Amino acid sequence: MSLSFLRSRRRRRMAPVKAPRQLAAVTVEPSEMSEPGAILDIQNLRTTFRTDEGEVNAVDDISMTVRRGRTTCIVGESGSGKSATARSIIQVVDNPGLVEGGRILFRADPDGPVYDVAALSETGDGIRSIRGSQIGLIFQEPMSSLSPVHTIGNQIAEVLELHTELDERQIRERVIAELEAVGIPQPAERIDSYTFQLSGGMRQRAMIAMALIARPSLLIADEPTTALDVTTQAQILDLLAELKRELSMTMIFITHDLGVVAEIADDVVVMRHGKVVETGPVEQIFHDPQHPYTQELLASLPQRDVPTGRVAPPEPQSTPERVEVSGAVEEAVRHEETAGEPLLRIEGLRMEFDSVAGTMFSRREKKRIVAVNDVSLEIAAGSTLGLVGESGCGKTTLGRCVMRAYQPTAGRIHYDDGDHAVDLATLSTSELRPYRRLVRMVFQDPYGSLNPRMTVREVIGEPLRVAGIAQGSELDDRVESMLERVGLRRAMASRYPHAFSGGERQRIGIARALITDPKLVVADEAVSALDVSVRTQILELLSDLQEELGLTYLFISHDLSVVERICDRVAVMYYGNLVEEGPAASVFTDPQHGYTQALLSAVPIPDPRLRGTRPRIVYRPDEAA
Amino acid sequence: MLRFTVHRVLHVIPTLIIISIISFFIIQLPPGDFLTTQVAALEAQGESLDPAQLEALRIRYGIGEPFWVQYWKWITNIVLHGDFGLSFQYQRPVSDLISERLGLTVLLGLTTLLLTWAIALPAGVISAIKQHSPADYAISILGFVALAVPNFLAALALAYIGFRFFGQSVGGLFSAEYVNAPWSLARVLDLFGHLWIPVVVIALAGTAGIIRTTRANMLDELHKPYVTTARAKGLPEGRIIRKYPLRIALNPFVSTAGWNIPQIFDGEVIVATVLALGTTGPLLLGSLRSQDMYLAGGIILIIAVLTVVGTFISDLLLAAVDPRVRFGKA
Repeated sequence: MSLSFLRSRRRRRMAPVKAPRQLAAVTVEPSEMSEPGAILDIQNLRTTFRTDEGEVNAVDDISMTVRRGRTTCIVGESGSGKSATARSIIQVVDNPGLVEGGRILFRADPDGPVYDVAALSETGDGIRSIRGSQIGLIFQEPMSSLSPVHTIGNQIAEVLELHTELDERQIRERVIAELEAVGIPQPAERIDSYTFQLSGGMRQRAMIAMALIARPSLLIADEPTTALDVTTQAQILDLLAELKRELSMTMIFITHDLGVVAEIADDVVVMRHGKVVETGPVEQIFHDPQHPYTQELLASLPQRDVPTGRVAPPEPQSTPERVEVSGAVEEAVRHEETAGEPLLRIEGLRMEFDSVAGTMFSRREKKRIVAVNDVSLEIAAGSTLGLVGESGCGKTTLGRCVMRAYQPTAGRIHYDDGDHAVDLATLSTSELRPYRRLVRMVFQDPYGSLNPRMTVREVIGEPLRVAGIAQGSELDDRVESMLERVGLRRAMASRYPHAFSGGERQRIGIARALITDPKLVVADEAVSALDVSVRTQILELLSDLQEELGLTYLFISHDLSVVERICDRVAVMYYGNLVEEGPAASVFTDPQHGYTQALLSAVPIPDPRLRGTRPRIVYRPDEAA
Repeated sequence: MLRFTVHRVLHVIPTLIIISIISFFIIQLPPGDFLTTQVAALEAQGESLDPAQLEALRIRYGIGEPFWVQYWKWITNIVLHGDFGLSFQYQRPVSDLISERLGLTVLLGLTTLLLTWAIALPAGVISAIKQHSPADYAISILGFVALAVPNFLAALALAYIGFRFFGQSVGGLFSAEYVNAPWSLARVLDLFGHLWIPVVVIALAGTAGIIRTTRANMLDELHKPYVTTARAKGLPEGRIIRKYPLRIALNPFVSTAGWNIPQIFDGEVIVATVLALGTTGPLLLGSLRSQDMYLAGGIILIIAVLTVVGTFISDLLLAAVDPRVRFGKA
């Protein structure tokens, strides 16, 4: 009795009680909206970040209109201000960002009042009554966007506690129903789980449930699928489209991926350097782009030939047809054999890890995780093998076994470059030393993989110095000529990594890998962290270097379009198993294994005309395994 | 949970045995023993002790015997009979000496700890939320000043102020007329009149570290995406901070909370000595100086045991508070 009294008092304290008055103060005439059918009208918005180096205009005087009931995609590369724009709408820009000027007119209800939400105080009750209840927000990384120490149910329920009068039991029921609606199995149990107990896709579903539970009229999704695997991304995109239709919402979708834009957008806004460069319906943006930057973005897209036909697009279906396929995962489908002498021949490679399962209170249950299960592969000298698969499939583990960062549990890794023929899997640390300079690695994260306290000269020269190959002026000379080779200037050698952009850093990483004249380069997601335009340049650099130096690449990536562009052969992995291997062209046009088919069907096609024309293939592994 | 607790207890036992051996070893380290110190003190006063009498004492306390024999006698008495031995200096059982000081020591320790937290945690949070504001700088400067001023100096200054402006007696936790008086309301009030000086001195010195840690932890957490998520739900700012970043920023305190238990017991040796407080601190110092080995060993052993127990409690608390620890994910 007394407890429920306290609870209701607390609720009242949390509820935005002063909202009506604050909203009344920012009400404007509906006629000031630039379009009568608009739900959101951004006029001359300026958002700046005040840093020690002065003001940065993240959003620089932009105007855009979001029409009710449609999906508006904001596209742009990193730093284009797309995220800052979205966050400015409900004034949750990260510190030290500030909405400096302009108006954001928001009309939740088609006949309701129009509020200028940019004029509201950012901590006041007025904006709080809109956040969560009328405008929902989904973020990129569901792991870090949800608190790790509260259950998902607790975090979702909070929205209802805040914006509704429901009691605790009703709230719990609503949350369970909402979790079910976003496709979380066993919602009555999952409601009490923590974020780290859910998979990435499930976390993002929970986030969507949180954003939608109060039935907002506008949903802002800020790169909601960027951190997800491609098949999970396809599921989340389908889910969002479905929910948007069911709840008759308007959606603002922010992404850097033009494929996703083509899949879901009605209207597109292209942003660059804090400015809007082009807006228009998706059809026009993709097939008749006006601005040179939009054309450049589109040109960087891989031109995928889709067998479903370009000539006369079939009738788009409202929901993509779902086709379920199944197949054994133990058996790999092999297309025709490799031509040429293999530089690397992997036979029956197996890598197991011990994992401590369960809670710390029942620690004894040790499980063995098979990260790589009996994989056999060949890479011909001078060719590129693409290793694809989703997170957790074992592709990185395989790469690290080749590098001998891991000691494989079983199997052989034959390396034969003509002069040396050896099984890398069984060598001891000291025996491996000569091969450390023949097999080199390029890492994913261009920020984390360079020591910030070493100059570029030291970073690139270190492998040579350690191997005792060169020193003094000879070392400097080799470092500088390598810098030129990867498209940087000699003079940059004395700078520190922080002075370089992401793409330049990746060039430094490549230079470090190539300085020892390696034969084999393992590139683990080497372009995944880069913007599309930079990515194209790095891929070109890699293939130029391959031709010049006769390199062999093991190219590990989750991005099928990249793999298709640069690889001679492709190997597809699924839960530690190799499921399909063959020449890139035949794997991509004629995938045999069910999982490969499902993977390819999940990749968004960057052409809005083909939207909904392909069946969505869902793979279910055979139970036998 | 039970399994974990049992597992931990099994770890605790050998640790305690080793600690007890080490503490006994350490108190035996200085050259000479209690008796030679006593003899020297007596000789300094111009007296002397009959060699036969000296030998009798030596046998009685087992001082001539090997280390392991002495240790075994000492530890079995403690474990089996709760008998920590006899203090040579006071000629009274060690357990009596400690227990009569325990109440005041714990009172001083707890009040100090609570005051430290009550000042430092809010100050740290405010200083993080209002980073680079005048409030932040003021808090940081005060914290550093409190940290930099030696405890005993601050204690002397405050004792002077107490004496000069409030007419209090210098030193001790009671005025002269109450020292041996039975407990009464007046005696309690008198106690609190004296208690504030050591509490303020010790608490203020402890705040700086906690303020800095809280501030740094909060600054890490405040800009995490989940805080923006909470904001996007429409939560009020105060509640966002209390429920999300503060909860995580407090983990280091939970995980070190147990370490305060031995600190509460040892009674702040230096300040307590300067102010002549009747806590265990001065007792420990005195016993170490006079090589009163059973008294010193007893106190050191209790502090060590409390450290182990405190760490054990911290482990359990952290698991209770942070699900990532509970489920073995962090």
